[in-house]
Amino acid sequence: MIVVRTLMRRFPRIALYILLTLLAIAYLLPIYLLLITGLKPFAEVDLQTMWRLPTQIAFDNFLGAFDKLWPHLRNSLFMVIPAALLSSMLGSINGYIFSKWKFKGADLVFTLILFGMFIPYQSILIPLVQFMEFIKLRGTLAGLILVHVIYGIPITSLIFRNYYAQISTEILEAGRIDGAGLIGLYRWIIFPLSIPGFVVVLIWQFTQAYNDFLFAVVLTNTAQWPVTVALNNMAGSQIVQWNVQMAGALLAALPTLLVYIFLGRFFLRGLMAGALKG
Amino acid sequence: MSAISNRSAPTASTASSARQTPRWWRGSTFTTDRILSFLIVLPSILAIAIFVYGFIGWSVRVSLSAWTKGLIPNYTYSGLDRYIALFSDRRFGIDMRNTAIFTLLFLIACLSVGLLLAILLDQHLKGEGIFRSIFLFPMAISFIVTGVAWRWLMSPATGSRISGLNLLFDQLGLDFLISRWHTTPPPWGIAFVVIPAVWQMSGFTMAMYLAGLRSISDDLREAARVDGANELQLYRFIILPQLQAVTLSAVIVLGHTSLKIFDLIVAISQNDIKLDVPAVYMWRTTFDGSNYSRGAAIGIIMLITVAVLIVPYLITSMRSQEAKL
Repeated sequence: MIVVRTLMRRFPRIALYILLTLLAIAYLLPIYLLLITGLKPFAEVDLQTMWRLPTQIAFDNFLGAFDKLWPHLRNSLFMVIPAALLSSMLGSINGYIFSKWKFKGADLVFTLILFGMFIPYQSILIPLVQFMEFIKLRGTLAGLILVHVIYGIPITSLIFRNYYAQISTEILEAGRIDGAGLIGLYRWIIFPLSIPGFVVVLIWQFTQAYNDFLFAVVLTNTAQWPVTVALNNMAGSQIVQWNVQMAGALLAALPTLLVYIFLGRFFLRGLMAGALKG
Repeated sequence: MSAISNRSAPTASTASSARQTPRWWRGSTFTTDRILSFLIVLPSILAIAIFVYGFIGWSVRVSLSAWTKGLIPNYTYSGLDRYIALFSDRRFGIDMRNTAIFTLLFLIACLSVGLLLAILLDQHLKGEGIFRSIFLFPMAISFIVTGVAWRWLMSPATGSRISGLNLLFDQLGLDFLISRWHTTPPPWGIAFVVIPAVWQMSGFTMAMYLAGLRSISDDLREAARVDGANELQLYRFIILPQLQAVTLSAVIVLGHTSLKIFDLIVAISQNDIKLDVPAVYMWRTTFDGSNYSRGAAIGIIMLITVAVLIVPYLITSMRSQEAKL
């Protein structure tokens, strides 16, 4: 009886866990398929048994995909890391000025800057390509880095501005009395408090630039393709088997997935900063 | 010390308090620092002025030109010809219809799934963090990867070639769920592309709603319960009305993502014109078809669509900031 009564009372809880578990399985299904396909030996790859676990672990598919994607994965990392670093530094100083040294009309200027993060990039794509060709940076990773840094200005400045708005004015006033100026206040007070802000912005820009497809596909040639363009190309080809495509998709997702798994908390903050503007 | 203890990232509610102009700034004589501060942000302002506003202006100019073929620019003025042509262009008509269907279904699905997940997770569960991470992780993946994976999941093949979700449904005895997915005849093929998009973005909506739910005080819930409200009434009359601001923010973010949707369509459709959207048409017609003025016109129409959604939002949030000063 007691068991039954406990069950009855706990039923909503149990139902809740069952429902959530089912939903979680549904969300994980695509990754499950990518993973088990990647781990099967070629001999076991068959559409009919695609949902079954491998009977033996092999890395045939991953190696096949790695072979094709590695140069592009390397391009992605060479492009994304400098882009994220430059973006975060620029965002930090912009955020400092726009939160603590507002000039006349600063809010209007800032709003005009923010508009830049919402525009469909198709509306600037033709002039951008012409301009990059003019300054001889089309077809280079440096050009792609420049583009990510510039179009990253709105979001990185916003995250840092909201972050610095929390640092109390009193602390800055104290620094001011001690004789620190614009640079000194940044160097001795703001910057040392900025580490969490930098982590959020670095992760955000890393993910954005890594996942970008549009800029990469119009601004680079085969040799500089980042992994997103290469993967899409691989998926469109008739020669590459579906199993290798799936292993490739997981491989291409891995860098940002790892960042998410280990630094998810900061990733979420970047997301929310983009949505909830202070 | 308050700054140090307050090191967590900003949220909408806490960010406003310290945004006032510092007292030592106003009427002070630190003119050098003031000029310096402006010089520091000037490069960023100029970069945005050129790369956003200048380039938009230049796109408008290209869209009004006769540059319809070849790589050599032809800036002969041809008025609104390209825009007029687009509105009787069959492909652009398909694009507009697809965008409308996609955006509407994507918004409804993302908001309801996100809200459902948030309410389920708000019940003080064990393992909440794990569930939250599972629902949110697709957000870290690129639309290209999502598209490549889901193209196989949504394989419409039948008979001995049956695969993906259809195969799974078949093996589980859920045959009634078997579908042609995104290859369903128009206009509903695009509706199935909403599924991977929701898979990717619903976790984000959940996170926003969860933050909103967490900001509603327990006292309020308690008070409603004391007044005899059951859980359903509590959500209907007390909690949901308080989430309207979150819904608005979510609509802004999801709406502009959806109006610009590009990579996901490229990866899933692999050139199938039935799933075409303006962003893809712009890319194809400009860089494959060398019709630069038509491409520019599509880009500008996309910009206007997004601006209708974004500009009022930006103006309101700027006004509310000024009001706080």
